[in-house]
Amino acid sequence: MIKGRIWKLGSNVNTDVIYPGRWLKITDDPKEMASHSFEGIMPEFVSEVKKGDIIVAGRYFGCGSSREQAVACLKHLGIGGIIAESFARIYYRNAINLGLPILIAPGISKKVEQGNFDFIEVDFAKGLIKLKDTEIKVAPLPKFILEIIKEGGLIPHIKKKYR
Amino acid sequence: MTLAEKILARASGKQEVKPGEIVMARVDVAMSHENADVVLRAFKEIGIPKVWNPDKIVLLFDHRIPAECEKTAETHKRIRKFVKEQGIKHFYDMYAGICHQVLPEKGHTIPGEILVGTDSHTTTHGAFGTFATGIGATEMAGVWATGETWFKVPSTIKIEVQGKFKPWVSAKDLILYIIGKLGADGADYKAVEFSGPAIKDMSIASRMVLSNLSMEMGAKVAFVEVDDKTLEYVKSRIQNTGDRIQEIVSDGKYEKVIEFDVSSLVSQIACPHSVDNVKPVYEVKGIKIDQALLGSCTNGRLEDLEVAAKILDGKRVVKSVRMLVIPASWEIYLEAMHRGYLEIFVRAGALVLNPGCGPCLGAHQGILAEGEVCVSTTNRNFQGRMGSSESFVYLASPATIAISAVKGEIIEP
Repeated sequence: MIKGRIWKLGSNVNTDVIYPGRWLKITDDPKEMASHSFEGIMPEFVSEVKKGDIIVAGRYFGCGSSREQAVACLKHLGIGGIIAESFARIYYRNAINLGLPILIAPGISKKVEQGNFDFIEVDFAKGLIKLKDTEIKVAPLPKFILEIIKEGGLIPHIKKKYR
Repeated sequence: MTLAEKILARASGKQEVKPGEIVMARVDVAMSHENADVVLRAFKEIGIPKVWNPDKIVLLFDHRIPAECEKTAETHKRIRKFVKEQGIKHFYDMYAGICHQVLPEKGHTIPGEILVGTDSHTTTHGAFGTFATGIGATEMAGVWATGETWFKVPSTIKIEVQGKFKPWVSAKDLILYIIGKLGADGADYKAVEFSGPAIKDMSIASRMVLSNLSMEMGAKVAFVEVDDKTLEYVKSRIQNTGDRIQEIVSDGKYEKVIEFDVSSLVSQIACPHSVDNVKPVYEVKGIKIDQALLGSCTNGRLEDLEVAAKILDGKRVVKSVRMLVIPASWEIYLEAMHRGYLEIFVRAGALVLNPGCGPCLGAHQGILAEGEVCVSTTNRNFQGRMGSSESFVYLASPATIAISAVKGEIIEP
């Protein structure tokens, strides 16, 4: 179970707004990547986000490009996980592959208020979400995906498997 | 089984697979552009010295060519070095064009195979009956190391299209219309199969527009029914297909079948800031534009340049508009030169740029300032994608953007 402050976002949050294309030239410095997270639509995000904060979003989070920087930047900022009504498939895979916990929770955005930084508790492995006055149970990720996340992402997973 | 099920069953060594099942599948082609730099970092971290099969990896540069800054120059340099070290022979550097045009042209896109690319618009290759989909850089590093990756078997939506297009209405208008109806996540995680008489009538280039933009309704893969036209194209691009072309007939169970008729379809436009915000062009007529962009992996092909050249022949792009023309590949660039289209564009006052992605993703070659409006044949109009967060991108067909460039405002062709 992890506990974090909520960043509530809407639906169809795309990778261009999470991580603008003009910064794709940054390929090797996660700190520099992180500094551009959401810069076009939420310039305050980078300075206000705290380690362990959890993003709660509507439908189709991470739609658009396959750019992995859009996961890497949030991971570097210390985002503890992303809960959304649904994910775009490449973002979903990228999050798993970089070891960023995610959870699909239909109906979650109606239960969370905008911008008051309430706390949320999540057990990603069990699919358990605790809010101020409610508890929500959703389908946890498939076992082998949980394993990849637990091991810290695809690279450690492959290393373990093949060496 | 549907096409997606058949291909995944074969690639995972199973008799049968069902939607929802997770399989480990062998990859036939692994494509990357500049983000190969991110892939090779992850690959080196794994610690396996050699890629699983250097002949199945295809690399090229298209997103930022020629290098627009020092960081990109270093990226290009690192990838060139890696290509040499690993003996990767299918490397086109910056001398071929956009990956989604170049791979079919060079014979890497084969019906029935699995093609993964570190680019979301890899769905484009589904126009050839290829199971083609986008993956991230770390996942690609896994493919480079092991030659396989996992897939959830998708359910399939069949889209049947009847009728004949009106003049100046094209595949771009159809797919924008479909995305407008189904929504940006209307096909998230799903396979799409396009078929029907209107699809059969379409050129290969037009079919690629459908598969390309299907990404914008979330599709994992977007097949166009394989026919003689497909096989003729593929065979003309590869010396010896041998037994590489596998069975490509879909006979499975669809999640749903949706029918469209193009006979009464009018020109469509996706308004800021989402691709499913689609309207008939006449509803936004008169909006002043600053830039008109013809090109991209969606609409930078010969037939796209041809229709724009027809409209611009003997005319001038209005002085208040910057028009950019970016052929999708060197082959197209040369043929457009040969046919005189490029001369028409230059005489009309358009700027003809080198084949590549251009400003589509906001990296270089035509970034928008605050308050500016661009009509574009590209595939995304997300807020801030092509520059300022306060700029506005409208997506439309080559015909719509060409006539709009002449008028200085959005207008139906």
